[in-house]
Amino acid sequence: MSCSSPGVPAMGTTVRHFPIFWRNYALATSRVRQSDKEKPRQLEKALTGIAGFDQVTNGGLPKGRPTIVCGGPGCGKTMFAMEFLVRGATEFNEPGVLMTFEETGEEMTKNVASLGFDLKALAARKKIMLDYVKIEPAEIEETGTYDLEGLFVRLQYAVDKIGAKRIVLDTLEAVFSGFANAGILRAEIRRLFRWLKDRGLTTVVTAERGDGSLTRYGLEEYVSDCVIFLDHRVTDQVSTRRLRVVKYRGTSHGADEYPFLIDDQGFSVLPSSSMRLNHTVSNERISSGVPDLDAMLEGKGFYKGTSVLVSGTAGSGKSSLGASLANRSCSDGRKVLYVAFEESFSQAARNMRSIGINLEKHRKKGLLRFEAWRPTQSGLEMHLLRIHKLIEEFNPEVVIIDPVSNLMMGNPHEVNSMLMRLMDFLKMRQITAMFTSLTEGSRKEFEQTEVGISSLIDTWILVRDIELNGERNRCIYVLKSRGMAHSNQVREFVMSSKGIHLLPVYIGVGTVLTGSARLNQEAREKAEGLIRQQTAEEKIRVRERRRKAVEAQIASLHLELSDEETESSLLAAEQLNKAERLAQDRFEMSALRGGKSNSAGRAKKVG
Amino acid sequence: MKPKAAAKPKSKKVASKKSDAKNGYAGLVELRLYVAGQTPKSLAALANLKKICDAHLTGRYKVHVIDLVKTPQLAQGDQILAIPTLVRKLPVPIRKIIGDLSDLERVLVGLNLRETGIVN
Repeated sequence: MSCSSPGVPAMGTTVRHFPIFWRNYALATSRVRQSDKEKPRQLEKALTGIAGFDQVTNGGLPKGRPTIVCGGPGCGKTMFAMEFLVRGATEFNEPGVLMTFEETGEEMTKNVASLGFDLKALAARKKIMLDYVKIEPAEIEETGTYDLEGLFVRLQYAVDKIGAKRIVLDTLEAVFSGFANAGILRAEIRRLFRWLKDRGLTTVVTAERGDGSLTRYGLEEYVSDCVIFLDHRVTDQVSTRRLRVVKYRGTSHGADEYPFLIDDQGFSVLPSSSMRLNHTVSNERISSGVPDLDAMLEGKGFYKGTSVLVSGTAGSGKSSLGASLANRSCSDGRKVLYVAFEESFSQAARNMRSIGINLEKHRKKGLLRFEAWRPTQSGLEMHLLRIHKLIEEFNPEVVIIDPVSNLMMGNPHEVNSMLMRLMDFLKMRQITAMFTSLTEGSRKEFEQTEVGISSLIDTWILVRDIELNGERNRCIYVLKSRGMAHSNQVREFVMSSKGIHLLPVYIGVGTVLTGSARLNQEAREKAEGLIRQQTAEEKIRVRERRRKAVEAQIASLHLELSDEETESSLLAAEQLNKAERLAQDRFEMSALRGGKSNSAGRAKKVG
Repeated sequence: MKPKAAAKPKSKKVASKKSDAKNGYAGLVELRLYVAGQTPKSLAALANLKKICDAHLTGRYKVHVIDLVKTPQLAQGDQILAIPTLVRKLPVPIRKIIGDLSDLERVLVGLNLRETGIVN
């Protein structure tokens, strides 16, 4: 700090207050400016047409002024300059002059052909003019004073010939190797920048990085308008390119380091998305493709435009969930981008066919874009940039990244911020994103992984394996889902040729059973039930028998009783007869003894 | 002297072909001087060149003076950056001397005339 603000006393307090002073100063001056009648003219900018760069700089390079693009060897300076020139010529109708000091026109034409730029055709159409400046120190002898008027003459000639608005000087510093008199060179370079400014030529000057300074020959001293620094660094054997706007006079610009990529479509910078959380939300729902999972999410699925994380151990069915979402979304007519880091398309298609998902069909229809590349192919930023580009190009509604954990290399803090950028970007575009994430390690770590991205996630589904009784079964639950009353159940996750089903697991006394254990338990319960039923039936039968026996007893008693009754009535009747006979007998006896004929006759009849 | 010399776009001097130089180059020394307008540096260079040629290459040289202000398209061909530049087209290989040619000895070294046996 002390070195950047000379004249400030080394006292800590003063240093600390220094920025506040400047802020107040800036506020005061801006107030004065606003009160002026004439509004200050904004710095005019020239769009570069380089993807992302114009966002970072709020509109491109300073128009009509020189800009230095510096960096180490192989960092992409020339590519940046070339794209600036070619896009200017093709997209903004600003013809350009390319003055190379290191490569011949033919070499340059070949180099940029890999970006899809046809310099020859552009030159033929007078959109671009190439001038190769060859400096051969061996054949040059210096005697006395000279200047670089030849360079000016050549530039002027080229500019006049095609009406150029843009200039690229690649690499101007080469003149330092060709001429010995540094004093003259510096004066001439200063004059050159002035000359370019006076003619209103938007210029990109590339320069090699120096030791401890931005450029080897201190060119940044002469160009005070805009300095862009490109960096190419290798971490863990993976290279990442970064761009930084070191200085941009008279305008606001992003001050961060932005990753960039050079591929077959040219240069592209990944702008960090706005850090404001102001994306609009949708109440629309998107089905997960698994009806049972939708049922766990209020029966409707995910909210549109949210981020879904599916985490789990290896082989827990994360990709299958991703494929289900892709399948369903494509069937609903949504465009899906599937980024795979582990499987090629044919492999994924074959594997998903086993659970009844036909990805091939959707791809043929153009609804599914399946992109597979190796995670080790490039650095994290490159992956994200590529995803960005794909999204820009394909404009999908659903993005599936399988698995996002493969992107987690390097510094966790960086990873976090990068993923945040990606998620922000997806949310801004109302894209529903599903990230699968491979978790490793013990069970305890399950819920605290994902290098902190979990807090950025709206819906987190956990798939975990439960190993029990010599088998492994998958369980699924919704750990969180913002803005909905999701199910709290743990379900068993079963994949079959008919797709994915979530079964309610057996929840017994303190245990959760899945798979065959669940089947066992269910069978056991069934058997027990059967036995219970059988005993109950047996008991009923016994009762019945006893009842019947009693009834039989009752019947026999009844019979006995009725017998008894008949007998007793017979007896009674006999008794009566006997008594009657006795009475008769007695009568007859008496009649015999002293009585007359009619009683004797009656006695004979009875006998 | 100044305007006269510079105004002449081509000053040509043809010499008789002598082969007395020992095993050396016997032909013409062909030179081109690139200037941009009549700047003091250009005029000084032209004057110095005239002096050198007259002193060392009498009758054996040919000089073209090219004014890039008038013919800028010629700058690319000889890869001219610095002004003034003196180019030795013949004998090959091409040699270039930049500056106002004020150091006579260095011009002779630069033109590589001694080694080729042109100048003794």
